[in-house]
This record gives sequence, C-alpha cells and structure tokens, in this order.
Amino acid sequence: MSAAGGRDAARAPSRLLSRGAVTVALLVVMAYCLFPLLWLVIAATKDAADLTGTYGFAFADVNFADNVSTLLERDGGIYPRWFVNSLVYAGVGAAASTLICFLAGHAFDKFDFRGKEKVFGFVLIGVLVPGAATALPLYLLASNLGLVNTFWAVLLPGLVNPFGVYLARVFAHSYTPYELVEAGRLDGAREFGIFFRIAVPSMWPGVVTLFLFSFNGIWNNFFLPLLMLTDRDLFPVALGLYYWNSQSLTEADYYPSVITGSLFAVVPVILLFLFLQRYWRAGLGSGALK
Amino acid sequence: MPFLAPFFLVFGVFTILPLGYAAYLSLFSEQSSGLGFGGARTVFVGLGNFTSVLSDADFLGSFGIIGIYCLFYIPLMIGAALVITLLLDSGLAVGGRFLQLVYYLPNVVPGLIAAIIWLYLYTPGISPLVDVVEGLSGAGWSLASLPASIVAVANVTIWLHVGYNVVIFFAALQAIPRETLEAARVDGAGQVRVALSVKLPMIRGAIGIAVLMTIVGAMQLFAEPMLLSSRAPGIDSTWTPNMYVYQKAFTDHDFGVAAAAALVFAVVIGAASWGATRARRW
Repeated sequence: MSAAGGRDAARAPSRLLSRGAVTVALLVVMAYCLFPLLWLVIAATKDAADLTGTYGFAFADVNFADNVSTLLERDGGIYPRWFVNSLVYAGVGAAASTLICFLAGHAFDKFDFRGKEKVFGFVLIGVLVPGAATALPLYLLASNLGLVNTFWAVLLPGLVNPFGVYLARVFAHSYTPYELVEAGRLDGAREFGIFFRIAVPSMWPGVVTLFLFSFNGIWNNFFLPLLMLTDRDLFPVALGLYYWNSQSLTEADYYPSVITGSLFAVVPVILLFLFLQRYWRAGLGSGALK
Repeated sequence: MPFLAPFFLVFGVFTILPLGYAAYLSLFSEQSSGLGFGGARTVFVGLGNFTSVLSDADFLGSFGIIGIYCLFYIPLMIGAALVITLLLDSGLAVGGRFLQLVYYLPNVVPGLIAAIIWLYLYTPGISPLVDVVEGLSGAGWSLASLPASIVAVANVTIWLHVGYNVVIFFAALQAIPRETLEAARVDGAGQVRVALSVKLPMIRGAIGIAVLMTIVGAMQLFAEPMLLSSRAPGIDSTWTPNMYVYQKAFTDHDFGVAAAAALVFAVVIGAASWGATRARRW
C-alpha cells in the first residue's frame, strides 16, 4: 500500500483513508445502529431490579421467560390482543390499500380516458398532504359521526395512499407490457380478468413492495390511533406500549413489560425486512417511503 | 370507472371530507356561559380562530422550535449520511451491501418504540450511555434545556432514518458514469478530491430532495418528542405543530382552534412537500 514513487503517491489513498480507518469508521456506525436494539434484547431478560442495578450491556439473571409470562398476563392478558389488533390493522389495511392502489395505477397506465392527467393531478395533490395533517380533521369528523373508538376509525383511513397510486402506476408501466393487456382484450377477456390474471402476476414484485411499505407504515402509525381510540381493547401495540410507559413512570414494575413488549413489537417488521429485503430495495430504488 | 372508484372513494371520504369538515368547524367557537355550567353555546366567529392561531405564541413557537431543530438536525443528518455513503463508495469498504442493510434496519422500527428504547438509554441509573456522556463532558446529565432536548430528539430521528438517506445517496452515486470518475483519477485527483469535487456535485439533486424531505418529516414530529417529554423537561406540550394541535383538541377541548391550526399546518406542510416534489421534477 505504501507508494514510494511520486506519480503513485498522488493516487495512493491518504493515511486518513486507509482501508483500516474506513472499516473502523463504518463499524462504529454499525455499532450505533445496532446497540439500541442489542440493549433492548438484553434488557428484556432482566427483572425491574436488575434493570437499574446491573450494567446495561451485560446479562444478569435471565428472567426472559418470567418477563414474557408477565407481559402476556398483565392487565388481563391485553398485550396479545394489542398485537393481534396491530396485525389486523396493518395486514388487512395494507392488503386492501395495495389492491386499491394497483387498481388505480393499472388504470392510469393502461386505459385512455378524457382528462386522465388532470385526474392523476388530484392524486399528486393528495401526495402533498401527509397523514399527520389529516389525522385531527379525521378525528373531528369521526367524532361527529360517532365512529371514534371503533375498529374502523383506525383501519379505514389507512386505506388512503396517494403515493401508492403513483408508485403503482410506475410499476404498471415498467412491469406489464401493453401488448400483454392488448392480447388479453383480443382474447375477449374482461378488464378485471386481465387485471387479476395478467397484470397483477406480472407486477407481483411491485405488489409485494407496496404491501410491505404500507404494512410498515400502518404498524408504525401512532398519531391516528392515539386520537381515535380510548377503548384499550382496540389499541394497536404501539399505543398500548405508550399507555404502559406512562403507567411505568409511577409504577416501576411496568418497566419489564414495556421493554419486553417493545421487543416483540419490532420483531415482525424486522423479520419482514430481513426476509423480503430485495423488495425493500426495489421500493427504495423507485423512491418509495414518504 | 370501476378501477379508479375505490381510490377516489377512500380519498374523498378520508381526506377531502375531513379537511372540509375541519374548515367548517374552524369557523365556530364554543363559548361556555360565565358560570361554567349550563352548557356551551356554539358561536360563529368567522376567521377568528385563524387570527387567534396565527397570533398564538405557542403555535408560532412550535414552528420556531422545528426551525431551530432543523438548523441543528439537517446538517448533522445529511452530513452524516453523506460521509457514510462516500466511505461506503470509496472502494476501501468491505461488505458494503451488508452494512447498508444494517444501517437501514432501524428505519423499520416504529418511531414510538425507538423513542421508548432511547428514553431508557437517556435514563440515569438504567443507561450505560449516561455514564459515558457524563465522563466525556464532565458535566451532569440533564435534558432540561432546549439545546439538550433538541439533541435528544435529533439523535432518535437520526438513528431511525440515517440509513434511509445512505441508501438513497448510494443509489444516486451508482448513477455517475464510470468514465467521469476514471477521468478525474487520471487527472491525478485523490479519493478525497474525487469525493468532494466530482461525486458530491453530481448527486446534489438527490441531496436537495433529501434536505426538503427531511424538513417535511421534521415538521410532522409527534411520537418521539411526546414520549421523550417525560424525561426531557425541555420539551413542552406545544413543542411541535402536531403537539400543539393535540393539546388544543384534547387538553383544552377547543375544537375550533384545533381545526384552524390543523388546516394551517396542512397548508404549510403541503407547500413544503410541493417544494420537495418540484425538486424531484415529476
């Protein structure tokens, strides 16, 4: 690596940028990204006393099983319910929202109709207004209609995803050749038949990508459920943990449940991410997320 | 048009209609009778709620705090993402693909859960981090001041999202033609010179979009400061625009003012996102 010649010296990496220094710097960043999650795993094995009494990155008595059974039984066994609620909100919501987006995206790419780009302009305007800005208006309307504190109040607003329509149009354009749709029409297939039997299979990677991003977005949403729900039986897991966390400020024996509950709340999204990485990459490449 | 109907149905009912209803509500004010019982009367106040929101120091202050927050957070977030990306792309990194995966991992963690984890990591007696920071700075641990609470929130959001920007910048760097980089090297430019004079200018579009998107994201802050406020007294109940809206609706029960504030917020964030999408050139 050491270059003696004058000509090579200009091209040789400076000492600051040696392979070793770069590797160390990148490993430090890796440690920063991983240590909070590592801490969460270790803390989930400790009881309330060890949490404050022992060093954060060292294991003490392993009480993971105790913590899990306390978590599952606390407040009448409500945590599993929150978890299932989240799975339903995110699973059903993302599936329905993805279908809605691809129906529209397919139509915008494959159909010709008057004022198409103007209509699409409405979709793009929708992209500008994030869920964080419509949450309170949604609450005010739902409260007038008597829909607050219902399952629907959290599920239905999650179906709106204008950016998903934009992405679905991009996916439809790049994955489904127009000739394929045309051939289906010549064979006398109905438009819905073409969509479900020809277009959706050809866009499948895009469908999975959009589903993943929607699932993650709904799973992570906190503001809307906070506004809509006071009935604890309907809480998604993030809102439930928020509630327990405020309890823990006065009652320390909630600590292990907040921590163990947080661990289980990140497991599904991390697993989805690790196992379906290539779809995440596809989504990021096309500018998905936000 | 049965293909478009589902989207426009949910869009109309769950976006347009609520905004319209909020606009209607924002024109009224509930005024209780002087004695505090006997029920409230709903009075038409025109744009009165908007003038009181726009002259409310707490509301303007929430944008002010986000402004100060961004002055600290944006350079740090974008700067860190750029340094990491340039190191990954320097040709000296080992396992770049794996590292990108690890850096992106926190991005899938819910913001509220990230805030819970960091809340514990900010708690003296529980966190190993507090001792390290106290040892390094020589000062006591406190999140009471505004700068300290800004750092506390910024750290959580950087941890959450820095990997996202790394992935975006890295993808932008891959689009630079090989010949351009080769030409710079043949001309005798070193690694650092290539990074600063060739790579950075060539991805300035991506950097600009990332800055705008990060600002739009920062304006929407809610879960993280809300949760951290229990440990960071520097964060008050109207720290961000969304916290202000929440406070007006659920603590003060002033729906007219809350609706007006939510609409002003929607317009401001809509304009900011519009700027960001213009930069992206659809």
